[in-house]
Amino acid sequence: MASENIQYATDSSFDQLVTSETPVLVDFWAEWCMPCRRIAPTVEALATEYVGKLTVAKMNVDENPAVPMRLGIRSIPTLLLFKGGAVVDTVIGAVDKDTIRKMVDKHV
Amino acid sequence: MSVERNVIIIGSGPAGLTSAIYTARANLNPLLVEGMEAGGQLMITTAVDNFPGFSDGVMGPELMGAMRAQAERFGTEIVQGLVTRVDLSRRPFTVTTDGAEYRADALIVATGASARLLGLPSERRLMGRGVSTCATCDGFFYRNKPIAVVGGGDSAVEEAIFLTKFASRVTMIHRRDTLRASKIMRDKAAANPKIDFRWNSVVEDVKDVEKGVVTGLVLKDTVTGARSELPLDGVFVAIGHTPNTSLFSGQLALDANGYIVTHDGTYTSVPGVFACGDVQDHVYRQAITAAGSGCMAALDAERFVESV
Repeated sequence: MASENIQYATDSSFDQLVTSETPVLVDFWAEWCMPCRRIAPTVEALATEYVGKLTVAKMNVDENPAVPMRLGIRSIPTLLLFKGGAVVDTVIGAVDKDTIRKMVDKHV
Repeated sequence: MSVERNVIIIGSGPAGLTSAIYTARANLNPLLVEGMEAGGQLMITTAVDNFPGFSDGVMGPELMGAMRAQAERFGTEIVQGLVTRVDLSRRPFTVTTDGAEYRADALIVATGASARLLGLPSERRLMGRGVSTCATCDGFFYRNKPIAVVGGGDSAVEEAIFLTKFASRVTMIHRRDTLRASKIMRDKAAANPKIDFRWNSVVEDVKDVEKGVVTGLVLKDTVTGARSELPLDGVFVAIGHTPNTSLFSGQLALDANGYIVTHDGTYTSVPGVFACGDVQDHVYRQAITAAGSGCMAALDAERFVESV
C-alpha cells in the first residue's frame, strides 16, 4: 500500500535526502514491527496533507542497517524530523496521531 | 446523533475477540474498538506453545490474526481507534473514541494490561534509546551487545531467552534470589550459556541521561544495600503488567491494584457492563483464560440484553 507522496530512503540516498531546507520526516520501520504498522496510516496521511511543506520518507531498517545504527536508533518505530541535515525532533514508539501531528506542526 | 448498538467491546486481545465471535454469532451486531495495541499482548510474542489446539505451537500474531478473521467472519464491526472516554452513569452507555461517539445497551470491557515500568525518571527519558518493554520489537538492535532483562517471571525468562539470539550477553536482574518463573522456564534460563544473573538486585538508575542513550545500570543489592554499576547497551523491563482501567476509575469498582472487580462470572459493579481477560484477572493471565472469560462475557451480555 505505497503512497505516492512517500519517499523510500536507503543507506546510500539518506544523507542527500535529509539535507534540504524543506523539513524531512523519516519513519524507521520493519516488516515484523507491529507498532510500526499502526502508525503507518498517520505517516501516509501527513505525506499527502503536507505535500510541498514536508518531505516524508520511510526507511526499512532490515534493508538499510547502516544509517539507523549511525543515528543510534534502538527501537522502532522511530520518527526523526530533519531540517537542513540535522535532527530537530524525535518521536519514539507507536504514539497516537495527535502526538505525531503536534510534533510535525512545530517545525513545518 | 450516534446509532445505538446492542453491544460494544473495548479491546482486541483474546478476550475481546472471543466475546466478539460469540456476540456476533448471537446476532447482537457487536462493535469492537481495537485500541492502541491491537491484538493485545500476544502480538509482541513469538511462539505460543501453551494455547490448546496447536500441537506444534503457533506464532502470537498469527493466532490473533485468526481470531480477528473469525470475529469478522460472523459480522463483528471492528473499528481502529482508541476509546478516550466512557459514560457509564446511564444506559445506553456512551463510548467516545478519537474519532466518534457510540452508544450501547451493553459494554464488554476487555482492555487488558500494559507493561509495568520501573518508575524511574531515567527509564522514561531513555525509553526507546536503550530501554524497552518489547524484546521481539527491539531485540534486533542489540546484535552482539550486552543487555539486561529486569524481572523474574515467565515473561522475563521468555524475553531473555529470545534476546540471546541477538545479544552477546543477557543479564537477568531480579530482586529475589530465585526466579518466580515456572520450573520449565527456570531450567531453560539456567541452561542458557548466554544468560547470567544478578540476584537480590533492583535497578536504581538507568545511565546515561546526559548522553541520551543507555550505557549502563546502577544496581542496588536488596540484602546488603551495596550499589554497583553494570555497563550495557540495552535494558528490557519485564516486571509484569498493570490493568488498563484508567478509563473506568470512578465508574466501575476496581480492586486495590486497579483490576476491575467481577462477580458471578463477568458482572461488574454496573449492570450491563461486563469485564473479561487480564483487565479483571491478576491470577491466571493466560491467553486461554482470557479467551474463556471473553466467551463468558458474551453469554452474560447476551442474557442481559435479552432480559431488558
